[in-house]
Amino acid sequence: MDKSLYASRRRRNGITMALAYAATGFGLSWLVLILAVLLWEGFSGLSLSVFTEMTPPPGSAGGLLNPIVGSLVMTIIAVLIGTPLGIMAGTYMAEYGRYDKLTTVVRFINDILLSAPSIVVGLFVYEVMVAQMGHFSGWAGAVSLAVIVIPVVVRTTEDMLTLVPDTLREAAASIGLPRSLMIQRVAYRAARAGMITGVLLAVARISGETAPLLFTALNNQFWSLNLNAPVSSLPVVIFQFALSPYRDWQKLAWTGALIITLAVLFLSIVARILTAQRKTS
Amino acid sequence: MSVAAFTVPTVTHSLSKDEELAEKISVRDLDFFYGDNRALKSISVPLYRGKVTAFIGPSGCGKSTLLRILNRMYDLYPNQRATGHVTLDNANILSPSQDLNLLRAKVGMVFQKPTPFPMTIFENIAFGIRLYERLSKSELEDRVKHALERAALWEEVKDKLGANGLSLSGGQQQRLCIARTVAVRPEVILFDEPCSALDPISTAKIEELIDELKDDYTIAIVTHNMQQAARVSDFTAFMYLGELVEFGETTRIFTTPNDRRTQDYITGRFG
Repeated sequence: MDKSLYASRRRRNGITMALAYAATGFGLSWLVLILAVLLWEGFSGLSLSVFTEMTPPPGSAGGLLNPIVGSLVMTIIAVLIGTPLGIMAGTYMAEYGRYDKLTTVVRFINDILLSAPSIVVGLFVYEVMVAQMGHFSGWAGAVSLAVIVIPVVVRTTEDMLTLVPDTLREAAASIGLPRSLMIQRVAYRAARAGMITGVLLAVARISGETAPLLFTALNNQFWSLNLNAPVSSLPVVIFQFALSPYRDWQKLAWTGALIITLAVLFLSIVARILTAQRKTS
Repeated sequence: MSVAAFTVPTVTHSLSKDEELAEKISVRDLDFFYGDNRALKSISVPLYRGKVTAFIGPSGCGKSTLLRILNRMYDLYPNQRATGHVTLDNANILSPSQDLNLLRAKVGMVFQKPTPFPMTIFENIAFGIRLYERLSKSELEDRVKHALERAALWEEVKDKLGANGLSLSGGQQQRLCIARTVAVRPEVILFDEPCSALDPISTAKIEELIDELKDDYTIAIVTHNMQQAARVSDFTAFMYLGELVEFGETTRIFTTPNDRRTQDYITGRFG
C-alpha cells in the first residue's frame, strides 16, 4: 500500500471540503446580511398604521394599506386566471399528450416563458392591454402577473403528474375507469401536494414582481379597488419610495420590503411542509 | 431440483373426464409488437371458464405481455400493437370498436406491486362500484363489505374503513386491490405476479384466495414461482422467447411435459 497516495487523497479531500464550506458560508452570509438589514430597517416601521393607513405624501404619516390590498387583489386574480390554465396545460402534457410531439414543443416554449425577463411580460401586456384601453389598469396588472404564473404552474403540474407512477394509472384503467376520471380522482389526488406547492411558488414569484406592474397597473396613491384604473402595489411603491429623497418614504419602503419577504417566507414554509407530506405518504 | 421435489397438485386440480371445458377467452395466432420488436409469436391458448390458468417462463418470455393484451392494457402506451384474434365470449376484443372501459370492467387485473388509490379503504372499493352502478348508501356498504370479505380482508379493516389505503401493510394492500377488482364484478381476473412483492404468509393468503375465487371467475396468473403455479392452477402454459411452448393440465405439465424446454425449465435447468 502506498501511504503517500492515500495521504494526498486525504489532503485533496480536506481542501475541497474547506472550499465547499467556504462557498456555502459566503453565499449564506449575504443572505443573512440582506435579511438582517431588512429586519433592522423594516421592523422598526412595522406598526398597526402600516396596515390601516394609505400611502402618505412626503412629510406626513401614513401606511401601506392601498398597496397591500392592491397587491393582494392582483395576485389573487392572477392566480385565478393562471392556475386553471396552467393545470390544464400541464395535465395535457403529462396525461393526454405525454408521447406527442406537441408536448415537446409546448414544454420548450414554456421553459422559455419560465425564464423570460418579467419586464418583457410587462411590455407585452402594455402593448396588448394598456395601449388598447388607453390607460393603466389593475386588470392589466393582474394579467401580466398571470402570464408569469402560468409557466410555473404548467411546469410543476407536469412534473408532479409525471411522478405519479404508471402502475397507479394502470390500476385505475384496470377497473374500467375512463381517463378523465382517472386524472381527476386518482392522478390529481396523488399529485395534489406537489401541485399546490407549484401554485404557492408561483404566488411567491409574483409577489415581488415590479417590472411588469410598472407597465400595467402603474401606481395609485389613493384607496381604489377599481380595477379599470391604476392600482397600487407593494413592489411598485417600494420602488418609488426607496428611490425618493424623503426619509419617511424610504422607511415605508423598507417596511413594505419586509412584509413581502415575510409573506414569501411563509408561503415557502407552507410549500415545504406540503412537499414533505407528499414524500411521507 | 428434480420433478419429484414439487408438490404434485392434489386431486382437486385434476379434471374429471366428463367435465365440460368452455373457452371464456380464446387467443389465436396472436402477435405483439413493441415498436418493431416482435414480443409474441403466433400465440394460441384458451382460458377456460372457472379455471385457473398459469403462465410460466423465464423473464422476458412475454407472459406479462400476453396478460396485458387480455384487457388491452397496452393501449395506454404508444407504439404497441397486437395482431391476431383474442375473443372474450366469442367477441373480438382486439377490434378497434371495442370499448376499453367496458372491457376492463369485465376483465379485471391485479398487479405485481400493490396499487391502492390514494384514498380511504372504503373509497378504494366503492369508487369502482359507483362507476357502473347506481346504488343506495346501504347497498354500497354491503357491496364494499362483501368485496372485502371475498378478499379475506374484512376482519382486518372493518374498524378502519376510513383509513388511507396506503396505511395498510403490503399484503393487505394487495388484498385490497383484489377486493377492488372483485367489487366491479368482473368475469375474468388477471393476476400479474401478484405475490412477487409479498412475504410467504401473505403469499399463502393470496393463493388461498385465488383458489376460492375460481368458482366464480375465470383466472389467469403470471408467476415466476413454479411451485405457486403448481399449487394454484388447473392449466399451465409455458412460454419461452415469445412463443408458447406447451399448454396443458397443470398436473401433466409438471409431471410429464412433452417438450424438452418445458422439462428443463420446471426442473430448474434454466430460467
